[in-house]
Amino acid sequence: MSLRNYIDKIKPNFEEGGKLHALHSVFEGFESFLYVPNATSKSGVNIHDSFDSKRMMIMVVIALVPALLFGMYNVGYQHYLAAGLEMSFWPMFFFGFLAVLPRIIVSYAVGLIIEFVVAQWKNEEIQEGYLVSGFIIPLIIPATCPLWILALAVAFSVIFAKEIFGGTGMNFLNVALIARAFIFFAYPSVISGDAVWVVDHSILGLGADIDGLTQATVLGSASTGAVDAFDMNMVWGFIPGSVGETSVIAIALGALLLLYTGIASWKTMLSVFVGGALTAVLYNKVGPDNAMAAMPWYQHLVVGGFCFGAVFMATDPVTSCRTEGGKWIYGLLIGFMAITIRVMNPGFPEGMMLAILLLNCFAPLIDYCFVQANVNKRVKRINK
Amino acid sequence: MAGQPEKKTVSAGASASYALCPDDFTGVTPKIVVKEQQNVKAGEALFIDKNHPEVKFVSPVSGQVTAVNRGARRKVMSIVVAPEEKQNYVEFGTKSVQSLSGQEVLSILLEAGLFGFFRQRPYDVVASPSDSPRGIFVSAFDSKPLAPDFEYVLEGNELDFQTGLSALAKIAPTTLGISAKQSAKALKEAKNVDLYVFQGAHPAGNVGVQINHIRPVNKGEVVWTVDPETVIFIGRLFNKGIVDMTRTIVLAGAEVNDPSYVKVVAGAELSSIAGGRLKRTENVRIINGNVLTGKKTTLENSWLGAFSNMITVIPEGDDVNEFMGWIMPRFNQFSVSRSFFSWLRCKKEFNIDARIKGSERHMIMSNEYDKVFPMDIYPEYLIKAIITGNIDKMEAYGIYEVAPEDFALCEFVDSSKLELQRIVRQGLDNLRAEMA
Repeated sequence: MSLRNYIDKIKPNFEEGGKLHALHSVFEGFESFLYVPNATSKSGVNIHDSFDSKRMMIMVVIALVPALLFGMYNVGYQHYLAAGLEMSFWPMFFFGFLAVLPRIIVSYAVGLIIEFVVAQWKNEEIQEGYLVSGFIIPLIIPATCPLWILALAVAFSVIFAKEIFGGTGMNFLNVALIARAFIFFAYPSVISGDAVWVVDHSILGLGADIDGLTQATVLGSASTGAVDAFDMNMVWGFIPGSVGETSVIAIALGALLLLYTGIASWKTMLSVFVGGALTAVLYNKVGPDNAMAAMPWYQHLVVGGFCFGAVFMATDPVTSCRTEGGKWIYGLLIGFMAITIRVMNPGFPEGMMLAILLLNCFAPLIDYCFVQANVNKRVKRINK
Repeated sequence: MAGQPEKKTVSAGASASYALCPDDFTGVTPKIVVKEQQNVKAGEALFIDKNHPEVKFVSPVSGQVTAVNRGARRKVMSIVVAPEEKQNYVEFGTKSVQSLSGQEVLSILLEAGLFGFFRQRPYDVVASPSDSPRGIFVSAFDSKPLAPDFEYVLEGNELDFQTGLSALAKIAPTTLGISAKQSAKALKEAKNVDLYVFQGAHPAGNVGVQINHIRPVNKGEVVWTVDPETVIFIGRLFNKGIVDMTRTIVLAGAEVNDPSYVKVVAGAELSSIAGGRLKRTENVRIINGNVLTGKKTTLENSWLGAFSNMITVIPEGDDVNEFMGWIMPRFNQFSVSRSFFSWLRCKKEFNIDARIKGSERHMIMSNEYDKVFPMDIYPEYLIKAIITGNIDKMEAYGIYEVAPEDFALCEFVDSSKLELQRIVRQGLDNLRAEMA
């Protein structure tokens, strides 16, 4: 195993006193990336489960791959549809690939550099949490988002939503959503309206330049009063929207993996859908007189970021409720808030992002109630 | 796990020395009462607890004290006795338990050094004889990996076991927890105790889990816990009038040739038990106890721990380099999570080594501990309270009910690889110091 020998040979350079000690976190990161650390336990249990946070994060990334691949294809599909050109599968996919890839690279590059620097500075190991956040961020923005804005948003969220709280596991707000929220409030023109959802220029000679292209999302047009009738394309995902959010089928594949491996909580996931469906039915019956309130519940659930948020963001174990009872309430409230924002506030056609961030803030309070109930039970036992 | 013991008993080889390690008795400040070269009988005190001088810790064999080994800051590590050819026992006289009062039973146990094997909750330390416990709990089955089957150990000791239980019942109401799988008459028809039957895999056999399900420990209450093997020692004391710490332990694990039960006297040298029975001597981990709570040790200069009912030998794994482990299917790696393809294997036994297989992180996953922590407690919150040193919260979240061993399985499954047992031990020690 020559690679192993090479690593062992260069290792002393990075240890205390070595000439490259300043890069020891980076070295450790790459070493444990290549080989499972073979450090053995010193105290406590003598055996450990093979499952670690690297494995967990990579499982989430794998679960995101169907949504990414479909998203790339859909970016191309929407472009050629708008341009009025007939194309076969591969050119469409390749166009989308070229449109999305720079965003993935920028997201990872900016985020990981900050992670590396902070790890080095705090003399810690590099934490793998950003592998997931960095993958999600390009999926929840339009494929037209300017790279410099994306870079700014990533830097903002990694530093202010995560690192100042102590890194992965200590943040109370979802890092990927903070990046999106940053763009949403600081540069609303690149992430809302009806001109940003379909790429309107050619990339490396592929595609065509289209002048004055506007293509609203289903929710966007609903907020202005015109509901598109439900059709199966909304389930398959052949609709305009953020890169990874459109296909319910691709997201469902990821959801199956997350649920099967037990990484995401089925309680959270299910209760988000239940909460959303019940709220939508409620507004159908007694809601205000607008198009969004009249939209049927199943359409509410399949369009916009609802599915993506429910599967990949609401279930983030760090920022969601940690008690099992709390997860039900947390999920139900996310579903409720997401639909409520859609219906009640025409300025925000999509409510999922704000709903999850809001409930992120309330998760500790919900947990507190459950833990306190346990504490009170203990107190009662003494007084009895 | 690979290396299950076969149900046959072999006798351990002659041990050149026996030793008592004060560290095994958590919470005790030892005061040595013997000198080197002094002759002792089996059942004669080697050291006592400085804070409770009536609690004695006695020699398992008769012979000459050859060494009092000390570590850093003159801390006593072990008191070594070289056994004589013919064993002499201190005579305590046979007694009928039924005719004794609880106080009399207690003073005999103190005198014979068996009280030192009683542990108490809260704090999971050696019990204090001045407390009056709410109850005594005995778990008659060990559900940890590769652990001895107590029914098999019990064979031939049924009478002593019952005498021991009756003696405990004189001190305080005694509860015996047995497994639904156990059928021995001595267990199912045990007298003078409250019998509870538990079902399920580990940690059902942990006495802490059983207490929590029967009647949790409240602040201000004390319960005592006793190992079933110690119950047998107690019975022998009353039936035969001597301290006879002969016990049947298990020598098991993937690196042991022909794993089996071994008849041995407590405190024997490990080399007399496991010497010559290992598949290899390099890159293996020898554990004084079980894989979850036992201590890593060596063959030389180490003795069977006072509470160890087994010796486990597993591969250390420091010679293994798994390439790109985060993405490979890893068919041979055991995990409770289904992110590994090991669930595809029909063979259910895994050869698990001592690698941590990850590095320490903040707590990320939720509900990981709860799944393997069947108590009415939120373990994550308790752990966080301990890490932050918040005494009020530790109390509120139920630290009085737990012992480090209850967190062993949490530590095993933890994807953030935190040293939970060490954290809990530290929390209990801090709390005890605070309350003293």
